[in-house]
Amino acid sequence: MTDTGGAVLITGICGRLGKHLARVLHRERRVVGVDRRPFLDKPKDVEHAQVDVRRKKLKDVFRAGDIEAVVHLGVMHDPRASAADHHSWNVAGFTKLLEYVGQFQIPKLVVLSSANVYGPQAQNPQFLTEESPLLGGQNFSDIRDLVEVDMLAQSFFWKLPETETVILRPVHILGAVHNAPSNFLRLNPIMTVMGFDPMAQVIQQADVVHALELALRPGIRGIFNVAGPEPVPLSRMVKILDRQRLSVPYSLARIVLRRLWSLRLTTFPPPELDHIRYVCMVDDRRARQVLGFAPRMSLEETVRSVDEGRW
Amino acid sequence: MAPPSLATTTSRALARFDAAARGAPGFLRRLVGSAEETLDDVLERLLGERFDDRMSRVPLALGTSGVDPFGLDPQWAKYALSTVAMLHRKYFRSEVHGIENVPTGRLLLVANHSGQVPIDGALIGAAMFMDAEPPRIVRAMVEKWAVSLPFVSLLFTRIGQVVGVPENATRLLAQGEALLVFPEGARGISKTFDQRYKLTEFGLGFMRLAIETDTPIIPVAVVGAEEQYVSFANVDSLAKLFRMPAFPIIPQLLLPGGQLPLPTKYRLWFGEPMRFSGDPDDDDSVIDEKVWLVKQTIQSMLNRGLKERKHIFW
Repeated sequence: MTDTGGAVLITGICGRLGKHLARVLHRERRVVGVDRRPFLDKPKDVEHAQVDVRRKKLKDVFRAGDIEAVVHLGVMHDPRASAADHHSWNVAGFTKLLEYVGQFQIPKLVVLSSANVYGPQAQNPQFLTEESPLLGGQNFSDIRDLVEVDMLAQSFFWKLPETETVILRPVHILGAVHNAPSNFLRLNPIMTVMGFDPMAQVIQQADVVHALELALRPGIRGIFNVAGPEPVPLSRMVKILDRQRLSVPYSLARIVLRRLWSLRLTTFPPPELDHIRYVCMVDDRRARQVLGFAPRMSLEETVRSVDEGRW
Repeated sequence: MAPPSLATTTSRALARFDAAARGAPGFLRRLVGSAEETLDDVLERLLGERFDDRMSRVPLALGTSGVDPFGLDPQWAKYALSTVAMLHRKYFRSEVHGIENVPTGRLLLVANHSGQVPIDGALIGAAMFMDAEPPRIVRAMVEKWAVSLPFVSLLFTRIGQVVGVPENATRLLAQGEALLVFPEGARGISKTFDQRYKLTEFGLGFMRLAIETDTPIIPVAVVGAEEQYVSFANVDSLAKLFRMPAFPIIPQLLLPGGQLPLPTKYRLWFGEPMRFSGDPDDDDSVIDEKVWLVKQTIQSMLNRGLKERKHIFW
């Protein structure tokens, strides 16, 4: 990576991925963070602006100057938050951010989307390419705003061709992060759907950070599916973790999960059951060839990392 | 995370029950264990060698976890193959001709479809594993709705069958697999008895696929499947009512034991590889001419097979 003196602006820097990326980048370049949460154990040379991306104050961060790249990690995906909150944060907030990227002619924009935008479906091809339709919201309306963020970023390709826009669509991210796949593998026993054992891809958070780093290199633009080690059946991951497995018929699982969800006893919204029934795997050839990405973590390390750093 | 609650306690209790149910009947496990040993012996007798030895010669793209990217697991395939091996060798006593025509590397097996129940596909799979050298595991494409059925989807995936979308076909061929296609589809399998061994209309997709991926086509003629279930008519209104592709009237089903297919003798004829070139996105009429060539080849192989057949049952 060449040090050109320009800063990297990271939205959502106080999330686990954001912190991880900041720690990797701050030795080589100036890092500016934007997050409405406080950054507790911040490295000294990282500047942090505790602002809401929807506020005008965000513009001041851009004005303060010399920002060379924007990495957008600040996507809200809290299944308990209301649809309105989701929309205003993810869509309205991101639109503001895009506006400033255009206005201040930032040469690089990296957006962390997700392979979930394709959505798990029975009729999915085994490996989805970057050109596959984004059907994630079809059966799971709560993630429509995430699909919209991806689409907004795509519109940037032609709206502002001079900005190098990169969209990364990683598969299920595992690690100390508190996302649905990691939380799912932390269950004991792990619930599976009887009679289904789909092939799945996972990626360790450190590998995602590595992919983000690669995406920041000048000359890289476009959409990239990012996958970790080779795909394996879900049951293999359960075996690696040495957990109990409880398989429940789908109809029962759906009823129980709906009830638990309405009683606020679970963090898994019922439509997510499709992820443990159907495939939603990506073809990551482009990331390997153009981005030069290859996962550094083995399957065992990746899967076991959900148990690290817990308290 | 959910707070430790009623839900967690219940699921823990359930897990304990699950473990107890699995652990307690030790004799059952021994029974399964010994059944597995006998299965190995039976397979060895049918194959003339250890199953694992034969399996190790199959060109497969297995990952370190022992499963291929599409979810094929050789250990599962063993159970499926032992069943079809019995059908192939003992029940239908299939004769296999021209299997030496099958080249190594990627290929499309294009066959006539018949017999109300797709046993023809299973027997072609058995022949490719038991009689071809190197042995191959045939991949076929399954209906999309089958993938949403519990257990069925799992079984199909583990024995190498994939969802029927073009992307999967292209990728499997790129991986060097043998793909089985029935261009007649449901039209062929649900033919009535008077239409036996008359090919119905062929779909064009397989030809476009073969041209696009430069894959040789092996025409396959299956003789013997048409007589396993004798269907006198198809009732369209009932088919529509039950949302089935066809509703055949098969009187033998009413007889005791008639639910099993009649033990006809199968004859599988593998033709010489056919290669096609051109533009895969050509007009239907251009593709149709090439498809016609394949269809005629299979029809003449069928006619020859029928002529050489002395008896339906032996």
